[in-house]
Amino acid sequence: MEPSNLALFWAAVIAVAILVYAVLDGFDLGVGMLFGTTRYAAQRATMMDAIAPYWDGNETWLVVIGASLYAAFPDVYAILLAALYVPVLLMLLGLIFRGIAFEFRFRSEGMRRFWESGFCVGSFVVAFVQGAAIGAILKGIPVVDGQFAGGAWDWLHPLSILTGLGLVLAYALLGAGWLMLKTEGEVREWAAVRLPWLVAAVLLVAGLSLVVALNDSAFTQHSLQEKPWCYAFAAIAVIAVVGAAYTARRQRDRLPFALTAFALIAGLLSLGAMCWPYLVPEAITVANAAAPEASLEFLFYGAIVVLPVIAVYTVGVYRVFRGKIRPARD
Amino acid sequence: MVLDPVLLSRVQFAFVISFHIIFPAFTIGLAAWLATIEGMRLLTGKAVYRRVFDFWLRIFALSFGMGVVTGIVMAFQFGTNWGVLAQKSGSIQGPLLGYEAFTAFLLEATFFGVMLLGRDRVSPRQYFLACCMVSLGTMFSSFWIMANNSWMQVPVGHAIVDGVIIPASWLEITTGPVMRVRWPHMVLAAFLTSGMSVSAVGAWYLRRGVHLEEARVMLKWGLGLVAVLIPVQLAFGSLTGSYVVKHQPAKFAAMEARWKSQQPASEILFAIPDTQEEKNDLTVEVPKLGSFVASGNLTSREVGLEEFPPEDRPPVAIPFYCFRIMIGMGMLMLAISWGGLFLLWRGRLESSRWFLRAIVLAFPSGFIATLCGWFLAEVGRQPWVVYGLLRTRDAVTPSLTTNDVLLSLTCYFLAYAVFISFGVYYIFKLLRDGPTSEAKAIPNATASRPLAFADRADTATGSQARTTS
Repeated sequence: MEPSNLALFWAAVIAVAILVYAVLDGFDLGVGMLFGTTRYAAQRATMMDAIAPYWDGNETWLVVIGASLYAAFPDVYAILLAALYVPVLLMLLGLIFRGIAFEFRFRSEGMRRFWESGFCVGSFVVAFVQGAAIGAILKGIPVVDGQFAGGAWDWLHPLSILTGLGLVLAYALLGAGWLMLKTEGEVREWAAVRLPWLVAAVLLVAGLSLVVALNDSAFTQHSLQEKPWCYAFAAIAVIAVVGAAYTARRQRDRLPFALTAFALIAGLLSLGAMCWPYLVPEAITVANAAAPEASLEFLFYGAIVVLPVIAVYTVGVYRVFRGKIRPARD
Repeated sequence: MVLDPVLLSRVQFAFVISFHIIFPAFTIGLAAWLATIEGMRLLTGKAVYRRVFDFWLRIFALSFGMGVVTGIVMAFQFGTNWGVLAQKSGSIQGPLLGYEAFTAFLLEATFFGVMLLGRDRVSPRQYFLACCMVSLGTMFSSFWIMANNSWMQVPVGHAIVDGVIIPASWLEITTGPVMRVRWPHMVLAAFLTSGMSVSAVGAWYLRRGVHLEEARVMLKWGLGLVAVLIPVQLAFGSLTGSYVVKHQPAKFAAMEARWKSQQPASEILFAIPDTQEEKNDLTVEVPKLGSFVASGNLTSREVGLEEFPPEDRPPVAIPFYCFRIMIGMGMLMLAISWGGLFLLWRGRLESSRWFLRAIVLAFPSGFIATLCGWFLAEVGRQPWVVYGLLRTRDAVTPSLTTNDVLLSLTCYFLAYAVFISFGVYYIFKLLRDGPTSEAKAIPNATASRPLAFADRADTATGSQARTTS
């Protein structure tokens, strides 16, 4: 069965929203984690300033993903959220805690350290479970009668732990690139020194993940045999992150972030290409998960008005706050 | 009662939605209130309106932010815990809730930003327009929520194909007769909630002898708004009751704790329903009034719960008590607003300290009424999640175990306890300090980070400002 044009439209909306989300929330989650690894209050304050105007808006895209999935592919929404019950719970708790910590950090002198570690831990948890979800989906999600047929902890296995760590490192790398882009002086140096090490760590964990996936996940095996060109995306991603490390050492400020973001997109696209046409590997395809045309069409009119406005708004916010921020002085 | 995934999932949903709904309900009313005050400032040019506006704008921003954070959780609840519901009716409920999310984003990306940041960048008329659009937007947002819920109460405009419920007519789904009554009922509830809160804050300042000029504006406008709207709300409430009589007779019997059919039916004012014995204790009732409440005459026969098989009956105690508390809160708002306006007209309101105290204490009346109304609507709909089409116990995600939901419920409970108490504490702090400083554009704040507006500009966003203060 071939997916309809509207089903393809919605699959594309969700794919783009995931990519935009991963890059945008990725860098602020990454800065949130790096933030916890420096002891100097002034550096931490500068890092916070580097993400303050953006991080809340970045989460908008998460709701776009959830809402679009519910409306356009309700079966997949039901299956994935059931299979990822615990990761989704942890992600939401992480996001809430991170949000509180960010806003209250400035307001309570006494509990500042508590909120600061809360921000760091919250960012880590969110990044980890998002990455773990990738591993869980690749490993395979059992589906019976259109519903998830497994346990709440089935998602946790070596592959998902590796992919979880991989995304944590990838987001941290993106965060380091962002700090080079947005700050100067001490913090920029700090990030530039760590960036190549993060690249090495990402490559190591990504390589391990691939080995384990080829071993543990029958779906990954078949899929990569059938579509060996998926390796091409992965190769592009590897070249891009190596480039990020190289440009960071050459003291270029913008390229490390751009190349890391590019690598993340290429990596996610390689996963998407591997899974296509499935939304839940070997269980549900885009075509058979799509809601009736009447539903896809009804929300289509909303999407073509709202999504461009959100996109313009997002670009606008980044433009308003473009350029380097001044370093904090305390 | 046994703890099972269905019951725990219901408790979890009730918990996260209750702590979500109080913020949007508050912001719908506040947005309209801010638009009104800004309009008055434009008309009269009085500076006090600007101070009142700036003050409530910060409360509005904080509540909006709390609504956004608790709303992210809601975007995932239908899938995590109600997988069968999502699968069976997702093609109707998904787009409706999707539109709600889109409406909120559209608002956040456009006029909300102007309202928070644009005071100095646009003309006063444009600014006023932005306030009106934000108010309209919040109401429109509630439209989708009410369309979704009204469809769950009385499903219309759908077809069933291979056991899956799919849309047949979006027009019927979004503008059905039940929707036309329930949406205004909810919007009015939001207006009343904010009206009572604004009045209470005004009364609080007057009692403390601070911010007198601003307090008078809040008290006069708040009470005036409630006084005008409460009769309208009572009318819409009664229309809402009519749809229940017509479409959900079991819910009506439960909310009246009417176990046996009666002709003419009496109205129970107070009782303690006993579900085991199917009777009421300590009953205080008025003969014939029940027929009047349900059907508008003194002779009609009204059905009791006995006419429904036990598996089709909703719980009785929660709908019964919530209905009475909601009506009680309505009467309280009527008494406070009309009494307050009478005293104001006689020029005695500010010297009637006891009455000011009553207004202060009535602060939560709108919130309580709104929550009770929702409990009544949702618990009364049981045992159905989509009335007549899908039972709640069949709608839960089949893979969930009791321990899974216990874990998530505990986590949400703890997280919300921290989040809500801090949020409420900051709102309280803002209210206590009162309209002391102008709302300023804050560095690093954007419309998608409304929590940043809760504080004064020089403490809100940290380091840059901190070094200067």
